[in-house]
Amino acid sequence: METILSITNLNKRFGSVHAVKNVSLEIQKGNVYGILGPNGSGKSTTLGIVLNVVNKTSGDYSWFGGTMQTHEALRKVGAIIERPNFYPYMTARENLELVCKIKNINTAKVHEKLELVGLLERENSKFSTFSLGMKQRLAIASALLNDPEILILDEPTNGLDPQGIHQIRDIIKQIAAQGTTILLASHLLDEVEKVCTHVLVLRKGEILYSGRVNEMTSNEGFFELESDDKRVLKSVLLQHPSIDKVIDENSKVLVYLKSPLQASELNRYLFEKNIVLNHLVKRKNSLEEQFLELTKK
Amino acid sequence: MSITSPNLILMKRLLAIELQKIWKNRASKVLTLSYFVLLSFIALIASIKFDLGIFKFHLAEMGIFNFPFIWHFNTYVAAILKLFLAIVIVSMMANEYSYGTLKQNLIDGMSKKEFILSKFLTVVLFAAVSTVFVFVMSLILGLCFSSYNEISIVFSGLEYILAYFIKLVGFFSFCLFLGILVKRSAFALGFLMVWNILEGIAKGILSFKLFPEGNIASNISRFLPLEAMSNLIVEPITRLSAIESIGTQMGIENTKDYGVHWYSILIVITWTVIFMLMSYKLLEKRDL
Repeated sequence: METILSITNLNKRFGSVHAVKNVSLEIQKGNVYGILGPNGSGKSTTLGIVLNVVNKTSGDYSWFGGTMQTHEALRKVGAIIERPNFYPYMTARENLELVCKIKNINTAKVHEKLELVGLLERENSKFSTFSLGMKQRLAIASALLNDPEILILDEPTNGLDPQGIHQIRDIIKQIAAQGTTILLASHLLDEVEKVCTHVLVLRKGEILYSGRVNEMTSNEGFFELESDDKRVLKSVLLQHPSIDKVIDENSKVLVYLKSPLQASELNRYLFEKNIVLNHLVKRKNSLEEQFLELTKK
Repeated sequence: MSITSPNLILMKRLLAIELQKIWKNRASKVLTLSYFVLLSFIALIASIKFDLGIFKFHLAEMGIFNFPFIWHFNTYVAAILKLFLAIVIVSMMANEYSYGTLKQNLIDGMSKKEFILSKFLTVVLFAAVSTVFVFVMSLILGLCFSSYNEISIVFSGLEYILAYFIKLVGFFSFCLFLGILVKRSAFALGFLMVWNILEGIAKGILSFKLFPEGNIASNISRFLPLEAMSNLIVEPITRLSAIESIGTQMGIENTKDYGVHWYSILIVITWTVIFMLMSYKLLEKRDL
């Protein structure tokens, strides 16, 4: 598999604040990565470093296997950071043409990308007249001008209304479907759960989890049970070798496992012990519950 | 650096980027155009005439448009207007910070070196266009009004044109550096004024308190950036033959040195290099 970006032991200090602590990661071609973390967890700083706008304190990163300088590599990358930055006095089209000059590509794609984000009828309006949603869509069009190897989006739906959020997500899904590698930083969990294949959880500059989204959500399945006599139910459950712990939750009990156990097996076991269940559900933690679990400390 | 064709292509690309940024901005466009309109108003000095009966005063006939004096006079007057372009240059830099576009330019794949180079090339282009403009205008005015039209006299004194170019490049580089340092156009221009006053105070202390005798004070203050730029072209008014003869009648012998000196040029070029290097270092060190 082709590596697009690799980061090793990256550190960044702002005075006494250690904003990024020993972050290492590899971005492989074709995946959609999410970087999750509360505000101030070092997401934007990490992206800022690999995008050449923040100086690292120590550590290393290399684009495309280290074959080219950062600024040359960035011409093959499309990135939007926090808020859309354009010249307010230029029109949408002029702004994109300027980006083409910077990336040293011809302006042939301007029309196509404006169409993709639905801004074609406003191409001759000044950027300053755009709503936030339109500005953000223009930023995406700009990031896509060079048909990038990787698209980096930092909080792309921040501050948008529900309709704007929906439009941006649709565009991201559409781009992901074309096989473009995407790196999406967000604090919105359902956003990451909906579009990403891989996830990276950061807290206070440290990586807490790095791996596939479905592995993060599936490694700890649990049962939700209810019967008439809760006390008996709990004591019987604790005798089962696969069961780790049993927790009360209102009238129900939550059963956490040490080793895999099918719902039917558990049901048969309890029935053999003369317990009849009113309620049996096998559940997975949602990404949100997992995330809160990870960042709780 | 040799001008090989990849370098030329790079320079053309960087200039195209910068000129689009300036030219699409209405305020910058208006300021730039009014600068050149005002420059051409220097020609109107030719039509200044007072007619007070016996005393007739016609500026063009007093010799200010005589070759080679005209090179000195016009470059001195034209340099006063440089503040117009300075505003354009300071705001072209400060805007990149306030719009967040400096960050975006870097993310889009411009290197910090290219960014500074594109700004410096614009400064050089502005200075060059202004210099050519002043050269052509002075040539035309001189050919119309000068009492001497021999080729050897017409093209003597061209060192003032060179000094003018160096002066503009130096001054605009200073403005560019202030734009990067302060990040806000109004504050950067304010800083420029404060700097000017500070240089005046330093000069005053040097020449009245520390070294009242001899020319030690001016030998030190000539190394200050704005002082060095103003020393490139000294005021031409007292050099006018009419005014000089008044001075002689009053018994003042004019021993002032009006020439353009190689060391003045060297000092300003050195400052230009320092300003551009400091701009680059600042940009490199800062987190955006």
